[in-house]
Amino acid sequence: MAGTAVLGRVTWRSAAVIGLHDETATARTIALAVRDWPGHIAGQHVDVRLTAADGYSAVRSYSIASAPSSDGRIELTVERLPSGEVSPYLTQQVMIGDDLELRGPIGGWFVWRRDQTEPIQLVAGGSGIVPLMAMVRSRASAGSIAPFRLLYSVREPETVFYRDELRALSNQGDSVVITYAYTRVTPKDWPRPAGRIDAELIASGTWPSNLRPSSYVCGPTSFVEHTTGLLIAAGHDREKIRTERFGATGERK
Amino acid sequence: MNASMNYLDGNAAAGELSRIFAMDITSAEGQCANCGAKRRFAEAHLYSHCPGLVARCALCGHVLLRFANVQGRVFLDLCGMKYLIFDERRQSNAPS
Repeated sequence: MAGTAVLGRVTWRSAAVIGLHDETATARTIALAVRDWPGHIAGQHVDVRLTAADGYSAVRSYSIASAPSSDGRIELTVERLPSGEVSPYLTQQVMIGDDLELRGPIGGWFVWRRDQTEPIQLVAGGSGIVPLMAMVRSRASAGSIAPFRLLYSVREPETVFYRDELRALSNQGDSVVITYAYTRVTPKDWPRPAGRIDAELIASGTWPSNLRPSSYVCGPTSFVEHTTGLLIAAGHDREKIRTERFGATGERK
Repeated sequence: MNASMNYLDGNAAAGELSRIFAMDITSAEGQCANCGAKRRFAEAHLYSHCPGLVARCALCGHVLLRFANVQGRVFLDLCGMKYLIFDERRQSNAPS
């Protein structure tokens, strides 16, 4: 079958940290060179395993932020959770040259493939932007003109990930249309008061349901349930909405 | 945070279940043995605070899957689903 590579057995692989970049005060992007990486599809995640000297190990899932590529490199963006076991290490202690254990790529449902041409509605809550950013980047690197809109809910302006890149991507021709929703603090002179996404913002900030978009919603569980309910109430077909939930604390597992 | 929102979804179980299933389970369609709903496994509600993993039907809450790894013995209970259909055409992992 031309163009298909059957999913190999998912096994633990060694990944070397080759780059670190702070996205916000609490989130860091980690670039990895992964041994024998088979490639990924935008939207997929990996499991990262850390093992202590006494043998205790912890596994957490992190979405891949980078576009698919064949060079064996991927990027993860990790949000630090105050009581987390893994995220403080990944956002504060890990250094370039360190090795991590990684399993993946994982998941074939919450993905956007480059041969999809229908309108795409992305809805992100907080760090739920990460797998959706991989889709935006995949669209750009593939030269796709699939109509993309992104509704991105954040607590305050300082917590936006990938701000400059999103601005650049939204200023190009055939661009991604981006709408921000601020839940606690808005930028100065922002027309909408701080608050969570409501029916009005769904109406003004997303594709109308009669365009039959495919929607991808990612964020904390309460965010996903709330916004998915609003999309369905606005006439979207549940079958066309794909969701991925983070834990209440952002910890996936 | 509402305590009833204390779940993730089938996506979060995929890494552990990849040790058992060679094909992607998140895109597989499963039928709930209780209410008959046919949904992708990714849509199931996942409870991972227990020693193992419990996946419940997003519609009726019926237990679809139980998974536990206890000192190297892996337990899997799938009797909450009538079947799982894996889509062989959607297993490609090459950058498309």
